[in-house]
Amino acid sequence: SGIIQCFVHRCISPTSVSDIKGKNCEDQCVLQHSNRICVITLAESHPILQNGNTIKSINYQISAGCSRLQNKVSGKSKRGGQFLTELAPLCRITCTEGVEYTIYSCIRGRLLEVNEGILERPELLLEKPSTEGYIAVILPKLEESKTVTNGLLSREEYENILSKRTSSTQQGPKTEPEPC
Amino acid sequence: MMLPLKENDRPIVKKLLEAGCCARCVLRFCFLEVQSAYRQPYEDTAKELLAFINDEETNVTKDSAVQDQLTKDPPSKKIKLDTAKTDVQAEGDSALVPTVTEEGGARLVKSDVCVVCLGVLQEFCDEAYATKVCFFPFHYYNLYLFYSFSPLLCYVQFIITTLSYLKISKGDWLHYDQGIQYQSKVWTHLLIQGRPCCFAFLDCSEKSLILWLNSFEGAHAPNFVLLPFLLFFFRKFPCPPTRPASKCVAQDVQCLHVSVFVAGRYNKFSRTLPQTPWVIDGERRMESSVEELIAAPLLSSFRAKGFNFSSSGREDVDVRTLGNGRPFALELLNPHRARFNKAEIRQLQETINQSSDKIRVRDLQIVNAMGHMKEGEEDKTKSYSALIWTQKAIDKDDITFLEETKELKLAQKTPLRVLHRRPLTVRERVIHTMSTRFLDAHHFHLVLRTQAGTYIKEFVHGDFGRTKPNLCDLLKTDTDILELDVESVDVDWPPPVPE
Repeated sequence: SGIIQCFVHRCISPTSVSDIKGKNCEDQCVLQHSNRICVITLAESHPILQNGNTIKSINYQISAGCSRLQNKVSGKSKRGGQFLTELAPLCRITCTEGVEYTIYSCIRGRLLEVNEGILERPELLLEKPSTEGYIAVILPKLEESKTVTNGLLSREEYENILSKRTSSTQQGPKTEPEPC
Repeated sequence: MMLPLKENDRPIVKKLLEAGCCARCVLRFCFLEVQSAYRQPYEDTAKELLAFINDEETNVTKDSAVQDQLTKDPPSKKIKLDTAKTDVQAEGDSALVPTVTEEGGARLVKSDVCVVCLGVLQEFCDEAYATKVCFFPFHYYNLYLFYSFSPLLCYVQFIITTLSYLKISKGDWLHYDQGIQYQSKVWTHLLIQGRPCCFAFLDCSEKSLILWLNSFEGAHAPNFVLLPFLLFFFRKFPCPPTRPASKCVAQDVQCLHVSVFVAGRYNKFSRTLPQTPWVIDGERRMESSVEELIAAPLLSSFRAKGFNFSSSGREDVDVRTLGNGRPFALELLNPHRARFNKAEIRQLQETINQSSDKIRVRDLQIVNAMGHMKEGEEDKTKSYSALIWTQKAIDKDDITFLEETKELKLAQKTPLRVLHRRPLTVRERVIHTMSTRFLDAHHFHLVLRTQAGTYIKEFVHGDFGRTKPNLCDLLKTDTDILELDVESVDVDWPPPVPE
C-alpha cells in the first residue's frame, strides 16, 4: 500500500518469516524501523487474508495466566513489558469457518503494545494488515537490535518462496522452522 | 575598625595565637563573618587582636610568644614573575630560619607562617598578589580570588583547632552555634552549641582524612571506644601543631570566567542539516549541525573553551525552520573575552550568516541567563506548512472542509520513530486551524497552527493508526507527508533587536 511504501522507503526495512513452525503459509512480517523498534504484522500471503474470510474473534489471552492486553510498560526503558521469544504467541485469531490461527512474536524483545484497534474493528486486520491492522510493537534489546531479524527472509527471498508456491502443484519446499 | 569579638573569644584567640595561627585564621575560627575584618591590612588585624587580648582586666597578658607572632612584619614579598611560564612563585620567607623538631619540642626560631593556612591568608590575599594574577590574558573588570583548602589541610586544621578548644576548656564547651564551612562536598558543620562532641574516624588514608562528627546528648566525655583514635591523633598531629618550615608556594594559577549567554533566533533552510551533531557509535552520520554553525564564530570571538546549546524545541533534519526563526541560547564556557558592544554583536551575527547559507541568525544578543524558552511549552503554539501526498485522486472541493475544522483534538500515542527513547504514552494535542492550497490530483499544501508538542508527521500519515484522528481518516485515503516546514515558533523571547 502507498503509505507503507513511503514509510518503509524512509526508514523501515521489512523482513518476513515464512511458514512458522512448519505450518503451511502462515507468513508474518516484521517491519523494523532504523531505531530498532519492530512492528509485527500478517504477511499478504497469510491464510487469514485469503478467500474473503471474515474474522470471528481475536483473543489476546494466550494462556490462563497471561493476556497480552495486560502488558504495561513505563518509563523510557519500558519497564514491565513482557519479554518475548520468537515463538511466543501474541494472539489467536478465529475466522468464521472456525479455523484458529496463532500469531507469533517472530523476534526476541520486549512487548510494548498490542493493537487494541483490531479488537474493536477486526475489519482493519483484513483491510490494512500492514498498517492500521498491525498486531504488536516489540522493542528488541539494544545489543540484539541488528541481529534480531537475522533468521528472517528478505523481501526478495519471501517473494521467491511465494512464486514457488503458486507455480508448483505440490506444497512448496518447507523452509525449516525458524529460529525466526 | 573594632573587631566584633566577644568576651568568650578571648581565651580562644590567645590559645590560637600561641599555637601559631595567623591573625586572619584566628578570625575564621572565631566564626567572624564580617568581610571588612578580613579586607583590612593584615598588620591592622594583628594589632587589634593583640589589643583585644591585652584588654582582659584580670589577665593583662604580655605573653611574649603572642606578641612576637603578631608584631613581626609579614616577610617581604619578592614575587618573581617568570614571563615564560604562568607560574607565580613567591620567594621563601626572608626573615626567618625556622627549625622545628618532630615532637614539636624545642623551637629554636619561630616561623611566622601560619600553622593552619600555611601563609595563604597572610600573603596571597594582598592586592599585590592579585595584581600579579591579573597578568593573565583575560579581559575582565572585576576579579575575585577564592581560596579553597585541600581536603587534607581542611581536616587536619579542623582537628587541630578543635582539639585546641578542648584543651582550653575541659568542661566548659564552646558556645558557638554556627559552623565553619569548608570547601568540601562531604563536610559542613562542626561544633554544636553547648553539646559535647565526639570524633570518629571513617577513613584514613595517605591522601585524606574523612571525619564524622557526632554529637551525643548528655555524654560528657569522649566515648572510651574512641580514645584510641584520639591518641592516634595526638601522636600524628601534635597540638599545637609543628610550625611549618616555609609557607606554601603557588605552583599554578588557573583563571575561570563565568559563562556568558548569547541568545537569538535561527532559521534553518536546509533539509539535510541536523540541529545537533548526529553521531552514532562514534561515527558522524551527517555533516555539521545548526549548533556548530552558530557556535563556531562565537567560540573564537569570545575565546571560549566550549558551549552548551539550548533551544525552544527542535526540528527534524529534513524540516526547515522559516519565519522569525526558533529561539535559542548558547552558553559560552570560560570566555576569555566577555564584553561586546551592540555593533560588535551585529558584526558577529553577520559573520555567522555569511558563513553558511543553510542557517540564518537574528536578534543575536548577550543575555543574563537562559531565559524562559522552555516555560509553559505546552501553552505555546507553532505554525507549520506541509506538502501532502494522497493515494486517492482528489480535487479542490475534497479538501476545503479542512479550513472549517477548528480546535481539532488529537490523541497521539508516542510515535514509533521516537518510541525507543520516549516513554509510551498518549498525548492530547490540539490543531487550532488549518488552511489548504490545492496543487494537483495527488498533492496539496496544508498549513496548520497547532499546540506546541504536536507531532505533525504522525497526524498526516497516522503512524499505523496510533494517532487519532489523522489526515488519512479525514480524507478517507492513505496520505503521506513529503515536506514539512516550521513557519513560526510563537515564543516572545529573546526580545527582538532592531536592525
